[in-house]
Amino acid sequence: MVMTLTETPVKPKRQDPTKMAVIDCDIHNAPASDDVLAKYLPARWRRHMELFGSRPAYPGSYYPRLHPNAARSDSWPPNGGKPGSDLKFMQEQLLDAWDIEYGLLNPLYGAGGQPNLDYSAALARAVNEWQQAEWLEPEPRLRGSLVVPYEDGQLAAAEIDHWAGQPGYIQILLIARTHELLGRRKYWPMYEAAVRHDLPIGIHFGGNAGWPITGAGWPSFYIEDHVGMPQSFQPQIISMVVEGVFEHFPTLKIVLIEGGFAWLPSLMWRLDRSWRLLREEAPHLNRLPSDYIRDHFWITTQPIEEPPQPAYFDQLLEQLQMNDRFLFATDYPHWDFDAPDRALPNTLPAELKRKILAENARAFYRF
Amino acid sequence: MADQSSKFSVIDCDLHNVVPSVNALIPYLPDHWQEYVTQSDLKGPAASLYSPEPLLAPHPETRPDTGGPPGSDLELLRRQALDPLGVDLAILNCAYAAESIHNPYGAAALASAVNDWQQAEWLAREPRLRASLVVPSHEPELAAQEIERLGGQPGFVQVFLPVRSRALYGTRRYHPIYRTAARHNLTIGIHFGGAPGAPPSASGWPSYYLEEYAGMSHIFQSQLISLIVEGVFEEFPTLKVVLIASGVTWLPSLMWRLDKEWKGLRREVPWVKRLPSEYIHDHVRFTLQPLDAPPDPRHLLQIIDQLESEELLLFSTDYPYHRFDNLSDALPAGLPADLKQKILVENARTFYGF
Repeated sequence: MVMTLTETPVKPKRQDPTKMAVIDCDIHNAPASDDVLAKYLPARWRRHMELFGSRPAYPGSYYPRLHPNAARSDSWPPNGGKPGSDLKFMQEQLLDAWDIEYGLLNPLYGAGGQPNLDYSAALARAVNEWQQAEWLEPEPRLRGSLVVPYEDGQLAAAEIDHWAGQPGYIQILLIARTHELLGRRKYWPMYEAAVRHDLPIGIHFGGNAGWPITGAGWPSFYIEDHVGMPQSFQPQIISMVVEGVFEHFPTLKIVLIEGGFAWLPSLMWRLDRSWRLLREEAPHLNRLPSDYIRDHFWITTQPIEEPPQPAYFDQLLEQLQMNDRFLFATDYPHWDFDAPDRALPNTLPAELKRKILAENARAFYRF
Repeated sequence: MADQSSKFSVIDCDLHNVVPSVNALIPYLPDHWQEYVTQSDLKGPAASLYSPEPLLAPHPETRPDTGGPPGSDLELLRRQALDPLGVDLAILNCAYAAESIHNPYGAAALASAVNDWQQAEWLAREPRLRASLVVPSHEPELAAQEIERLGGQPGFVQVFLPVRSRALYGTRRYHPIYRTAARHNLTIGIHFGGAPGAPPSASGWPSYYLEEYAGMSHIFQSQLISLIVEGVFEEFPTLKVVLIASGVTWLPSLMWRLDKEWKGLRREVPWVKRLPSEYIHDHVRFTLQPLDAPPDPRHLLQIIDQLESEELLLFSTDYPYHRFDNLSDALPAGLPADLKQKILVENARTFYGF
C-alpha cells in the first residue's frame, strides 16, 4: 500500500529487539539510469537531459575509483542494475541482513554540483521526488536527505521550503568540495531555510567544484582523493566557524559524513591557538572556535578510524569529547563499507557502543 | 674520543632571517637585474604577500631600531634567540616567497641574491648559524641549478620550499630539486606559508587571513600524503624532509588514515612498498613550534606517544614570531629526560648530520 509521507510513518519493527539497535546514517541509493530520473523531470528539462546529459561539472577533475562505482563487488543487484539502485536488494543485503532499524539515504547523484543552476535545481527536485516515491514510501525504515542546488542560496532555500514538513526528509545534503568555502555568504540563505525548518545539513565526502582538490594542486592518484577528504573538510569547518555562521545561525546543525574524525581534535587546538593570535580580524566571534565546533557538529563514524593501538582510539575520544555526537554509518554499498558488528572497537564500553550505533542518531534525528 | 652527543646543547631548527627590503639584495644582483629592480615595479614578493605583521610578530623588542622588520637584525637574533636559550646551532629559514614572482628569471635572480645575502651577512658573521637555500620552487630546473651552485657550501644545509605551491611536492616535476638536494645531502625544508597564486583549499579562497593561517596544516597534510604515495622516498632513498612550523598534533591521525587506506588502495600505487607511516618515520621530521597544543597537557603527551617514534620532533623556536624566555617554556611539560634530549639536540644532529 502506498503511503503518503504527510502521515506519520509507521514505526519499523526490528527482527531481534534484544540485540543492540543499529541506525545507519549513510546509505547511498542511486537511480539505475538517467531514464529513471527523467520520469520525474518536467518536459523542458527532460529534453535538456536527452540533449546534454548530466555534464560532469568540471571536466578533468575525476579520479577513477579503484572499484567500479566505488562499490563492494557483491553489491551489484542480481537484476543487473547499479549498486544501490535496487530497493529489494538493498533491503536484503543491508536492512534485513543487519536488522537496521532506520537508514538515512544520501543520494550522491550530483545535482548540486551542476554549474547550470536552473538544471541543478530541476535535477535536485527530480532526485527528491524519485527518492520519495521509490524509496521512502515503500520502505518505512528509510529516511532521506534532500538534494539541493547548493551553489545558489535562493534556489536551495526554495527546495528546502518545498519539502519542509515531509517527515521522510530529515536532512539536507551537500557535497564537501563546494565552489566557495561554506562560510561564505552565498550559502547563508540555505542556512536560513535549514534553521527555519530545523533540518540539519549533512556535508558528505566527495565532489569537485573546479578547483584542484588540495590546497597545493591536483593529486595524481585516487588514493589521495580518498585519503585526502579530511583536508577538504577542514577548511570548510574553519570557514564556517570564522565567518560567524554559528553566530548568525545559533541553531544550525552540521553533520560531517564520511570524512573521519581523528583529525578534529588537532584542528580544534590549532584553530583555538590561531584565533587567540588573530582574533582582532574576526571580532564577531564571541567564543572559542572549539566551542562552536563541539556545539554545532555531528560526525558519522565511517570510515572508522583504525589506529594501531586500541588505546589510541580511547585517547582520541577523550581528546575529542564528542561521544554524544557520533552517528554510526555503513556507507553501503561502497567498497569501504563498515559492518555494524565489526566497525567499532571491541574495547568500547557497551553503553557508548549503544549510543554510537543508534541512540545518538535516535535523539538527533528524533526517530 | 669526544662524545658526539655532547657536541651541542641546543639546536634550534627554525629561526627567521627576513630580507628587510629589495634594496638589501641589490648589491647581490647582476647588473641587468639591478637595473630592472630599480627601474621597474618588480620589488620582490612583498608586493603580493599578505602578512599581518603586528599580530604575527607581536614582540616589539624584536623590531630593530633601524626600522627593519622583526628578524632582519643579526645582533638582535643573537641576543634574543641564540644566547638566552644556549642555542649553539641554529637553522635559518628565509621565507622569501620566490614562487610568487611569475617571471621565472626574476624569481631565480632574486633567489640567488637572497642566498648570497644570507651567505655574506648571516653565515659569514655568525658561526652558530646554518641556512636554507631559497629557490624558485615553481621552476624546478632553475631551482636545481641554484641548489647545484651553492649546495656544496657548508653553511647551507637545507632547501626551502613553501608549503603552499601550485603543484603538490610529490609530483614528478620536482624530481630535479630532490635529485640535486640529495646529491648535496641537503634536507628539504617545507615551511609554513607561500604565495603561489593558487587557492589554498579545494573550495577556493578564504575570506579571512585567520582561515589561511589555521588552514595551513591541511596543506602540510596534503603535501605529506603526496610525497609518500608518489613514491618520492623510493625514488630518492636518501632524501630527508622536514616540515617546519607545520603543527604536529595532526600527525598521528594522518598516519592512521594513510596506513588504513593503503591497505585497501595500494594496488594503485604499487611502488609504496611499506606502510606509509614507516616512510614518515624514516624520512620526515617536524619542528616543534608553534605547537598546536591541547588545553590538557596529558593529551599532548598522548599525541607524542602516538607518534610511535622518539625521533620525529626537532626543537625550534620560530623566532621572531614566538619568543621563549627559557627552554622549559618552549618544550611540552612532562617529557622524560632522554626524549627531551633527543628533541633538543639528538634528532637534529642525526638527521642533518651535524
